[in-house]
Amino acid sequence: MNLDSKIPEGPISEKWSNYKFHAKLVNPSNRRKYHVIVVGSGLAGASAAASLAEQGYNVSCFCYQDSPRRAHSIAAQGGINAAKNYQNDGDSVYRLFYDTVKGGDFRSREANVYRLAEVSANIIDQCVAQGVPFAREYGGLLANRSFGGAQVSRTFYARGQTGQQLLLGAYSALERQIALGKVKMYTRREMLDLVKIDGHAKGIVVRNLVDGEIEKYSGDAVLLCTGGYGNVFYLSTNAQGCSVTAAWRCYKRGAAFANPCFTQIHPTCIPQHGDQQSKLTLMSESLRNDGRIWVPKKAEDASKNPNDIPEDARDYYLERKYPSFGNLAPRDISSRAAKEACDDGRGVGPVVGGSRRGVYLDFADAIKRDGKKAVEERYGNLFEMYERITGENAYEVPMRIYPASHYTMGGLWVDYELQSTVPGLFVLGEANFSDHGANRLGASALMQGLADGYFVIPYTLPNYLAQNGAKNIKTDRPEFEECVKEVKAQIKKLLDVKGTKSPRHFHMELGKVMWENCGMARSKESLEKALKLIPQIREDFWKNVRVVGDEHSINNELERAGRVADFLEFAEIMVLDALNRDESCGAHFRIEHQTDDGEAKRNDAEYSYASIWEYAGPGKAPNLYKEPITHDEVKPVVRSYK
Amino acid sequence: MKVHLKIWTQKNAADKGRFTTHTVENVSEDSSFLEMFDILNEQLVEQGKEPIAFDHDCREGICGMCSMVINGTPHGPEKETTVCQLHMRKFKDGDTIVVEPWRAKAFPVKRDLIVSREAFERIQQAGGYITARTGSAQDANATLIPRDTLEKAMDAAACIGCGACVAACPNASAMLFTAAKVSHLNLLPQGQPEKDKRTIAMVETMDALGFGNCTNYGECQAACPKGITLDFIAKMNRDYAVAKSKQIAKG
Ligand SMILES: Cc1cc2nc3c(=O)[nH]c(=O)nc-3n(C[C@H](O)[C@H](O)[C@H](O)COP(=O)(O)OP(=O)(O)OC[C@H]3O[C@@H](n4cnc5c(N)ncnc54)[C@H](O)[C@@H]3O)c2cc1C
Ligand code: FES
Repeated sequence: MNLDSKIPEGPISEKWSNYKFHAKLVNPSNRRKYHVIVVGSGLAGASAAASLAEQGYNVSCFCYQDSPRRAHSIAAQGGINAAKNYQNDGDSVYRLFYDTVKGGDFRSREANVYRLAEVSANIIDQCVAQGVPFAREYGGLLANRSFGGAQVSRTFYARGQTGQQLLLGAYSALERQIALGKVKMYTRREMLDLVKIDGHAKGIVVRNLVDGEIEKYSGDAVLLCTGGYGNVFYLSTNAQGCSVTAAWRCYKRGAAFANPCFTQIHPTCIPQHGDQQSKLTLMSESLRNDGRIWVPKKAEDASKNPNDIPEDARDYYLERKYPSFGNLAPRDISSRAAKEACDDGRGVGPVVGGSRRGVYLDFADAIKRDGKKAVEERYGNLFEMYERITGENAYEVPMRIYPASHYTMGGLWVDYELQSTVPGLFVLGEANFSDHGANRLGASALMQGLADGYFVIPYTLPNYLAQNGAKNIKTDRPEFEECVKEVKAQIKKLLDVKGTKSPRHFHMELGKVMWENCGMARSKESLEKALKLIPQIREDFWKNVRVVGDEHSINNELERAGRVADFLEFAEIMVLDALNRDESCGAHFRIEHQTDDGEAKRNDAEYSYASIWEYAGPGKAPNLYKEPITHDEVKPVVRSYK
Repeated sequence: MKVHLKIWTQKNAADKGRFTTHTVENVSEDSSFLEMFDILNEQLVEQGKEPIAFDHDCREGICGMCSMVINGTPHGPEKETTVCQLHMRKFKDGDTIVVEPWRAKAFPVKRDLIVSREAFERIQQAGGYITARTGSAQDANATLIPRDTLEKAMDAAACIGCGACVAACPNASAMLFTAAKVSHLNLLPQGQPEKDKRTIAMVETMDALGFGNCTNYGECQAACPKGITLDFIAKMNRDYAVAKSKQIAKG
């Protein structure tokens, strides 16, 4: 397998310039001869589709929702980072680069991260020009806030709707190109396969989710911008339709998958209310600035009214274990500490699946100190959201929080040009593995999606196109027919099982296995257990799943069944990857590898690499390759938050 | 708790459609309305029947995908709350709940509770953007924007494009949606060069798509999950009048 990362020559700060100068260009009058397929209309997909169309390429863009504006990027709340140094507080491209490499626990490719930091400032300019209403100060200048893992104020935000406002910006640019006829938008389409011709990605097969037609589309390159796979845990902060399907089907066509075990758990989500729960809602981490996290010292107190538990019977465990960071300890550390408290029987809230899974986030002291009004000004909208979902008033009783699956650092492997191991298949946004290493810093995913779409792919894609020429491929070729046949066969196979259990049932079962055995804390034992259980669920699925309805109309069950079938296969390489990585790093915590005080212990000598999995055929174990991760700029150090 | 449901079901756009009745038991009052629908659908699957099709995705009130009229009110009884954020504790044990799709000529039903909101895309395409080619932007702080202006634009930009305003309006007018979109951009300094063109194009596209006229019922504002107010309609009407008079003056 060709795993050349194609990192350009030169010092880190000149690599991107060097690349841009040496990359091949497509002459403006020739661009209209090319056709580019963009799958996904989130920040990565919409920005790429709009920018390429502006350059003169013809673009077809696909999403499964009824409008490109509904991609899950819309849900991001907190903000987007950029090295603008508007606050004059010592920020720079180099510092953002450094923070991102360190935050990723030294498992990301330095050249990519540097480029990300370098283009970050242009993103903010671009968004403001489009009319994105970032928060401003009274004088009219842009406002910033600081976010986890950084000592500077570099985060731009738009109320609690940064994702929606950024996406509306990219979407409006996309809609403009649709009106101009340069982009053809296909909504309510689900990509189900990648078509390769002479080894290159030249098309896709999709299901029209309205009439069930299996459609084929050809192009000179395919851009996959299909988001993350956090829903492998069933419950997550992702949207219902988020899946690994597009990436997984590309994997089965030869695109290697990198670091699938790197998944991020967010510490401040609203806990599960019971078995009927379908998704988890995130609340801004900023709550930890004023809320104090605790559980009862004794398990007997877990069911008591928290206001009746006296001060000396409470365990403010983060303050106790990490006196200097306290309640602001990093995401992975505070998530794990919550899990430990609940495993210890001291969790609070309703009993779900045999145990209480929640810890208190208490604002009583903040209210006493600053007054209710001040707290309301800071967090009013979050308290409202909490009340809407839980029916509880957090001014009177402490909030309950619990960690939830939130973001996936792993994804399809890409080189510096964002090209996968299948030539002509490029992967952007959360769907690729490139920039965040083993852990992503807050407000950096929005930045990466837009960097990829606005400022990276418009340079790297032409380099591929210019060397391969416009092929004007027709979809009546046998390669397309073959793919369509396989997709139809898979759909028929799902409908033909006619078992007794719903697709959701299997998704929940898989989610439970993944959360318990390959979630916040993993061990050889738990991972081996998961490796036994997953094939059993998969077998049961193919024997007993029941997909009602037919394939010729809107059929949510059929859609879900296809996605669950892919998760059931994907989960296995995620666990294999976690098992192979016999170290702790970033969000990947192997309980065998921790320091005396429970911190993740990296093993740079043996694991400073990206693990890259290649499909070896049905029923065969995948092949593992390794891309060494070198640190020429930032020397690895031990993270310490004591 | 237990609830009885009267739900609009319709096989496809050509089908006439009808209400079907269902009962769901053992619903937790902490469940969301859509989670109650999940239980119903699991129940239907178990009986070998086809589940009710409905649109949803983020389930946190921001993507604008979910769309149900509950007991005659788009998104149901709770103020400024999308149906995915509505919880069962707002209902009583034993209630009968009527659920219908958005109903408007410009939003044809595709199946059961799913409608097509393609018309909104058309309005957006007519002018809901600021032309800013990638790479050509000036520094983000080069133009100062007073905070009040910004906040007002942000109020309009909060629209999630769900279409509840159209569903609530007795005339099925899309004025609130269009006004929110137009105002977000028209209020900002960056939006000035294309302001007149945008306003005319978006308003006229809206009219051409079969949405009704606005006769100031105000139901749209009451139904909007994001608190978009009628002021924006007034503002758009003013912007439109100005743009039109300039157009006429130019000949
Ligand atoms: C609740 C929440 C809050 C967040 N907050 C922040 C934050 O404050 N700051 C930050 O930086 N990051 C945040 N993130 C992370 C960030 O929002 C995402 O990583 C990022 O938006 C992903 O963008 P994307 O374009 O890669 O994918 P998405 O926005 O998920 O888009 C995926 C697109 O692919 C399409 N698609 C998927 N599969 C298929 C298929 N098979 N066929 C056709 N189309 C398909 C979808 O329709 C969609 O258009 C948050 C994430 C969540 C869930
Ligand atoms: S499902 Fe996204 S707003 Fe309701």
